[in-house]
Amino acid sequence: MSAALLIDILLWGSVFGVGLIAFRRGPPVFKASLREGSMDFINIVPRIALGVIGSGYIAAIIPQEVISGWLGPDSGWLGVATAVVAGAATPGGPVIGFSIGTVALKSGGGVPQVVAYVVAWALFAFQRVILWEIPFMPARFVWFRCAVSVPFPFVAAAIAMVIGKP
Amino acid sequence: MSEPSPNSPAPAEDAEFEPRPGRVRKPIGWSTIIIAALVAVSAALVWRRDGTDGVLDILTHDLSLFGGILPRVLAGCLLGAFISEILPHEKVSRSLGPKSGLKGLLIGTAFGAILPGGPFTAYPVASALLAVGADFGATIAMVVSWTLIGYGRAVAWEIPIMGTDFTLWRIVISLPLPVLAGALGRFVYVRLYPKRDSDEDAA
Repeated sequence: MSAALLIDILLWGSVFGVGLIAFRRGPPVFKASLREGSMDFINIVPRIALGVIGSGYIAAIIPQEVISGWLGPDSGWLGVATAVVAGAATPGGPVIGFSIGTVALKSGGGVPQVVAYVVAWALFAFQRVILWEIPFMPARFVWFRCAVSVPFPFVAAAIAMVIGKP
Repeated sequence: MSEPSPNSPAPAEDAEFEPRPGRVRKPIGWSTIIIAALVAVSAALVWRRDGTDGVLDILTHDLSLFGGILPRVLAGCLLGAFISEILPHEKVSRSLGPKSGLKGLLIGTAFGAILPGGPFTAYPVASALLAVGADFGATIAMVVSWTLIGYGRAVAWEIPIMGTDFTLWRIVISLPLPVLAGALGRFVYVRLYPKRDSDEDAA
């Protein structure tokens, strides 16, 4: 069974699980949340469409070699800082982010720098923040979360420096 | 169902009172405009470089990607809506609210780690938690945990592309980060917005 299928099963399983709980609270509760969820879906679809369909173009014009070059060979804390900026600036989805990390590792990038890159990408890749997080969450929360997250790619790189390579 | 309860007893004076973050429901905002502009410029550059074929190639690929994601977005929205409906507010604000301490951050972290799905689940559910009384700290712990130690992206993308060794090692390194991020968030929040929200509510 493929991982994607497994995750879909878990996802819909959870939806049915919480749906069942809501249903047992009474059909009005169930119907209200069903309507709420569907309205959210309808409202969000245009943005998701724009982002997902458009992200291919954004990814196509940013040369991946440039970003992986930033992660270059062991470059100390300056390299970590560059990696954090690169992670935030990486467009496109997980394939692009992780591929850049892999290329950087294979072409002699420092391990702490690559860890900082992957963690920074996971925490605040601009495209995910703008496309997914802002539409779903209060903007004030999103900016606050991003600001608070800034130290953590550096913390991850520091841990990586201490405990060594995988 | 989701009547804003402005006079529900704020369990803690500093409890932030999001005006019931009207989940999603925003009109086309500036973030959409930025993305639209970025996409338009990028598409124009691709067209200049690769011609119409290049533009169409990317379009068909991304359309199929979009088709695949759509049902999951629906699942995420429904999950968020059900969760915000069935979670009892008092209980959530007790176990995930501003006064929930380390335990609240750990619960948020555990929740983010086991949550299935991608951004289409994590953000609607996080937004639902905020709406039913979780504070910024616990919600930050949940979002950071989902993105750094959640298994969804790791299994689907990181392990196949970066390898199992790197991925597991990276996850081990990331284990303390959600709680630390949540704690930092809480620490900064109470200093940044002391009682600001209750003032807004009163107004």
